[in-house]
Amino acid sequence: MSSNDGKKRVALALGACAFAGTLLYFVVGGIGNNLVYYWGPTEVLAAGPKAKGASIRLGGLVEPGSIKQGQGSNMSFTVTDGKKSFPVRCTSVPPQMFREGIGVVVEGTVAPDGVFESHRLMVSHGNEYRAPDDPASIDLKKLMDSTDGMAGAEKK
Amino acid sequence: MSASIGRGLVLLSLLFASAGAVAAFAAFLKKRADLTTIAVRASYGFAASMFLANIWMVVGLLRNDFSISYVAQVGSIDLPVWVKIVSLWSSLEGSILFWGGVLAVYVAIATRAMTDAHGWARPAAIGVWLACATFFGFLIAGPAQPFGTVVDVPTDGPGPNPLLQNHVLMAIHPPFLYGGYVGMTIPFGLALAALMTGKLSPTLLGTIRTSLLAPWSFLTAAVVLGGWWAYEVLGWGGYWAWDPVENASLLPWLTATAALHSAILTERRGVLKGWTMSMVIASFLLTILGTFMTRSGIFNSVHSFTQSAIGPTILVFLGISTLVSVLLLGFRVDLLKPDAELDRGASRDTAFLAQNMLFVLFTFTVLIGTVFPLVVEAVRNVQMSVGRPYFDRMTVPIGAFLLFVLGVGPALPWGSSTTAELKRRLLPPLALASVFLAIALGTGVRSPWTLVTLFFAGYAAHVTLFEAFRPLRTRMKFRTDGFVKAFSQDLFGPGLRRFAAYVAHAGVVIAFIAIAVSSTNSTSMEHTLKQGESVTFGAYTLTFEGIENLEEPHRTSLIARIGVKKGDTVLEPLRPMMNQYRSQRESIGTPAVRTGLVEDLYLSAMNIDVNSGTVGLLIMVNPLVSWLWIATVIMTMGGLMALFSSRRGAQVVEAARDLQTEAAR
Repeated sequence: MSSNDGKKRVALALGACAFAGTLLYFVVGGIGNNLVYYWGPTEVLAAGPKAKGASIRLGGLVEPGSIKQGQGSNMSFTVTDGKKSFPVRCTSVPPQMFREGIGVVVEGTVAPDGVFESHRLMVSHGNEYRAPDDPASIDLKKLMDSTDGMAGAEKK
Repeated sequence: MSASIGRGLVLLSLLFASAGAVAAFAAFLKKRADLTTIAVRASYGFAASMFLANIWMVVGLLRNDFSISYVAQVGSIDLPVWVKIVSLWSSLEGSILFWGGVLAVYVAIATRAMTDAHGWARPAAIGVWLACATFFGFLIAGPAQPFGTVVDVPTDGPGPNPLLQNHVLMAIHPPFLYGGYVGMTIPFGLALAALMTGKLSPTLLGTIRTSLLAPWSFLTAAVVLGGWWAYEVLGWGGYWAWDPVENASLLPWLTATAALHSAILTERRGVLKGWTMSMVIASFLLTILGTFMTRSGIFNSVHSFTQSAIGPTILVFLGISTLVSVLLLGFRVDLLKPDAELDRGASRDTAFLAQNMLFVLFTFTVLIGTVFPLVVEAVRNVQMSVGRPYFDRMTVPIGAFLLFVLGVGPALPWGSSTTAELKRRLLPPLALASVFLAIALGTGVRSPWTLVTLFFAGYAAHVTLFEAFRPLRTRMKFRTDGFVKAFSQDLFGPGLRRFAAYVAHAGVVIAFIAIAVSSTNSTSMEHTLKQGESVTFGAYTLTFEGIENLEEPHRTSLIARIGVKKGDTVLEPLRPMMNQYRSQRESIGTPAVRTGLVEDLYLSAMNIDVNSGTVGLLIMVNPLVSWLWIATVIMTMGGLMALFSSRRGAQVVEAARDLQTEAAR
């Protein structure tokens, strides 16, 4: 191999590294700003002010007696994981299965007034996950999984 | 009894595959032609027995033979015949068996296509294919055995996942996807054979190209069919959500498209041999990664049937394949010396290079976004996902640049050229680009990226049409042939391959327009209607006329009949449904879509309540969506035309290169 070839290789390697570095910077930055957190009421409360404005999928059971029908398709209810609960305001038309005590995942963020504002309401799909009667024994991961990938799109 | 026949066939195929792989590699290492013959026979033996195993399963499904474990798991007496047949791939074990069946067909055809002209690459490639076949044979015979014997034979089964019974597309999408995914095994084997023999002959490169075009065409159709299925079945009103399973189908398509293009440079100039091989290998590895992601249950979706034991096995296979590929590339790629230097400057060569860079960038972006949540969950046990804005923000600019290259590239001459020549070629297409931009602005498109995309699309459309028919015009001008004669001679002669590429490009341009416009200009609202109530949305007036019931053997459906008026014209009523499957707890909706060339009216029933007589509707107007389906048909046709022209085309180019080399002397 001539020294010219060697120089070329070094230049090529440096170029490739610079390219990969820039790419990584943009990709990681892009991901960091667009993460959707899968949280239960306990985690949302623990996150405190950090939760305001962040993209969150909040999962839990609909607390019995908490559903209030508002104007049009507006609705509010409380989501609980047995330990903590969190108030939710929802603007989307609820799915067929929606009722008290069912496992739901709502997507949105915590509004400035401390209420979870959701633009999307999903009930658990599939046969594998069944909401337990006792909310404290809820498996949040399974609940989240059961709504994932079915209609995994955010509304614009 | 029936189950043991199936098991026997699977074991036989495993035996053929493993013995054939050993014979093939021995033939390659010891340079023994007699062992190659044995490997070839074993390859056909594998194909025949694996294919028969698939047929046997279909027979079992049709006969409601619940003594076979898989039939007991997904079969049901009341199902329509088409659902019974497609149940073959509706659950984990069957889908892996189906993978084996598709692999059998591919391996048989590919084994036949390999001749002595391929030299020792022939046994080497057959060895790789049969090694992959051995893995899948093992998977079917072991962890994903579909032919288990059921002791207490049930009288009826539960039927497949209702989401999969919900639309006829379920019968079409998976075979196309498998045609794409599994088919990548063939070029992978050929690429490894090139590295093993240390030689990429024009014959071998031609075979790689052909073997890449078949799965590419299938995968193109499959990616969009998946989107179409989501659009027609899932009911959220879109066709692409950057869902991990969707990304899994897109990733190998991206690298395969890159490979198809860099192969052209390799073929014409003798450069980028190692790069082309890397892209081919990456396409295969990404199909295995995709299979791991969709089949192991780490992402929940209609594709991950259940938490299964095959995840780790596939991961091990992926690891071994990657290791072998990287080692072969690392140690042998220097043997694939370039025949020439790459051209620099504003030439078509540079455009090909830019295209490949952009495709790799695209792949990388999507791959990271898809795998990131997995890594985070594995390391920190925190559940999260990467939001759609990441994918949109990253891929939209890359896509727009790709469209730019697709327009400018074919307008550029091969090799270096003068500024005057460049001006002559590059300036005229700006006319159609401006027209497209004007139309977009006139029809109220305001999103900057959509405007950029439409401008580039106009440019690319001009270049594509001009270039597609250039040989034809030349023929008519200089030979004074009539249009029909020139067209047929060009199309059925050596010109087909070139024409096919521009057909595919035309499809891409249309797809870009459809995606850009439909994703930024759709409108939606959600509304709950009482019976007899109307709602106005854009030009449409929708009236909830009433609830209908539909009883079918496997499901009962509630149907909301929605009267549709556009302006003063009364249109056919739409019927979004809510289906309750016999074997399922929850009901699943089916949206109703009024498809049009300009826009779709999309109605999805979120809930239908008989007691209160209300329906909760998602109403959407999606412009130009149907053009995405049309574009896909065009792209796939382009791929298939290229496939059929491939052999002849390769010979022509080869002859031309020989002439060039001679002239250079």
